[in-house]
Amino acid sequence: MRQLLPFFMMILATVYIILFLGAESEGAVMGLVAVGVLGGFAASRMGLFTTGTAGPGGSENLMNALAVAGVAAIALFFHNDHFTLLMVAKVLLYVIVCLGMNIQFGYAGIPNFSGAAFFGTGSYAAAVLMMHTPLPPVVNLLLGGGMAALIGSLLILPILRTRGHYAALITIAFSILFKTFLEVNDLLGGPQGLNVKGMSMLGWNFNDNIEIGSFEGSFYLGYVALALVLAILAFSFTRRIERSWIGLNLDAVRLDETASACFGIDIALWKIIAFTLGNFLIGVAGSLSAMMTGFIAPNNFTFSESLILVSIILLGGIGNVWGLVVGSAFVLLLPEKLQLIQEYRFLLFSGTVILILLFRPDGLIPRSLRFYFPVRSTR
Amino acid sequence: MRTAMRKIAPPEESAARRGANLTVLPLLSVRNVSKNFGGVAALNGLNITIKRGEILGLIGPNGSGKTTFFNVVSGIYAPTTGGLVLDGQDISGLSPQKVCRAGVARTFQRSRLCSSLSIFDNIAIGNHKNLNGGLWFNIFNRKKLREQFAQHFETARDLLGAFAPHLSGRMFEGVSGIPMIDRRRIEICRALISRPKLLLLDEPSAGMTRDETRRFMDDILTVRHEMGDITTIIIEHEMDVIEQITDRCAVLNYGEKICEGTFAEVAGNEMVQKAYLGA
Repeated sequence: MRQLLPFFMMILATVYIILFLGAESEGAVMGLVAVGVLGGFAASRMGLFTTGTAGPGGSENLMNALAVAGVAAIALFFHNDHFTLLMVAKVLLYVIVCLGMNIQFGYAGIPNFSGAAFFGTGSYAAAVLMMHTPLPPVVNLLLGGGMAALIGSLLILPILRTRGHYAALITIAFSILFKTFLEVNDLLGGPQGLNVKGMSMLGWNFNDNIEIGSFEGSFYLGYVALALVLAILAFSFTRRIERSWIGLNLDAVRLDETASACFGIDIALWKIIAFTLGNFLIGVAGSLSAMMTGFIAPNNFTFSESLILVSIILLGGIGNVWGLVVGSAFVLLLPEKLQLIQEYRFLLFSGTVILILLFRPDGLIPRSLRFYFPVRSTR
Repeated sequence: MRTAMRKIAPPEESAARRGANLTVLPLLSVRNVSKNFGGVAALNGLNITIKRGEILGLIGPNGSGKTTFFNVVSGIYAPTTGGLVLDGQDISGLSPQKVCRAGVARTFQRSRLCSSLSIFDNIAIGNHKNLNGGLWFNIFNRKKLREQFAQHFETARDLLGAFAPHLSGRMFEGVSGIPMIDRRRIEICRALISRPKLLLLDEPSAGMTRDETRRFMDDILTVRHEMGDITTIIIEHEMDVIEQITDRCAVLNYGEKICEGTFAEVAGNEMVQKAYLGA
């Protein structure tokens, strides 16, 4: 029975999200939110989050496969609904971004309040490359990530010289600097922004609607699929980092720099590695996002967007890869479905973050202890 | 596991062998080391020679500079003047990382275990210099990583088994709920697992009862002997511990060495008595 639980939880979650995305009236959405909160509370009381997400052994792979199947099911259910699919793709992209920030903040302990700026770096890099070079868009995705990593490797220099709050201040400063730079830079379109060409791969233009026989699907289906593939890659990449000596080194750097130094850990090196890898993931997500939305402007990459990203990490559970999936879905979907809170969304999120930090400081799904390989016999 | 470790070499024999080794080149020579913090001299012209394979007790009243000395040796502080030579290599002013690679491991006065990590993580991190940190290796070569992991896991479990057999089956539990005594044992394992040339123990038995301390010291002696008589400097306030396990003692007061010799010599020294009891 216990083995089947993850099954039921995943199916339940999928059905819940489909209902939520399909809900028409605000009343229905509110009702679903209430159900979700109560359900989540009950599940956490019963310890289901730990059995469901952290259980070693075969159940974890099954769990991951179910999650992917769930997203696919959601995308197919709404195959004609542009707006909903755009939301799903956005959530997936935010998951990638937060995975990157998780490596930086959750593992190495580098606060990054400029997530949106690195996301924007990837977006603008992709836009410029698509406009001026004949490179295939897939390459541009990687180059967008590379650009974010490169800019990040410059920003890491002052961060290495500071600690804690001061490192955070540097990233805040960079975040503001980035937006101002974009606004005054005519080459990059200034405040009006840039148009970005869509993704295309193997002769398939992602911006065309999909017609296979009698099946008609929104063009966003392609983006959802690609974002899902990238999210899976980013997820397993982050997981592998965590469950290796790298994860151990990063945790040690975060928890005790003095002791780490005495064990021979090169603190600066590991911080640079974590920051660069994280920014790469953020940049890749930014590139795809730009191609998907077709238009980017400085206002998409403000400091408050960065704060949203940080709040996702805090809500979900610092260092927990599943937590940030839940956090991304919550933070992105709720204001879209509940138009009446749209204006108050920052108020709502900051309130939620304060409540979480007060009553559940490790986040909705706290990070569990590391195990390297899912083998019971070594335990 | 415990019994397997126990049967190697009774302590008398180890003392004899240590004696035979004492004539070789010193492992660590500390020449004229001073460390000033602003106007305060925490260490003042310190000269100590630590012979290969010996256990040196470092004693002195609170604030006499013992921990500062450890911090200077392990590279956390650079000495203001003077130099340190470890096994022929000048380590004065090197970073803690380089000192670690040169073969120095230490424990801390206050428990510095990472409370959100497992017992295994806390021990394995002490062996950082032998863990392959390559990006490709860790992320894509999971098969090789698994082999290396299995190997390190076994080493860590056996080592912990020598100190706390009741913990060796709980390697993937967190350390946050573990009693202080066991935390101390884990910290020793973390320092020993890299098989250092020089082991610095900063009040390892703080917070233990007399019996626990005795057993703990026995365990330390056994394991360090089994690892080839690791040269050890120990800071300790329990004088019977110092008396039992050290070959020699050095006494610090106000950052200066006021006396050096066997425990009996040191204990009989007038200046030492003055330093402890006040003039």
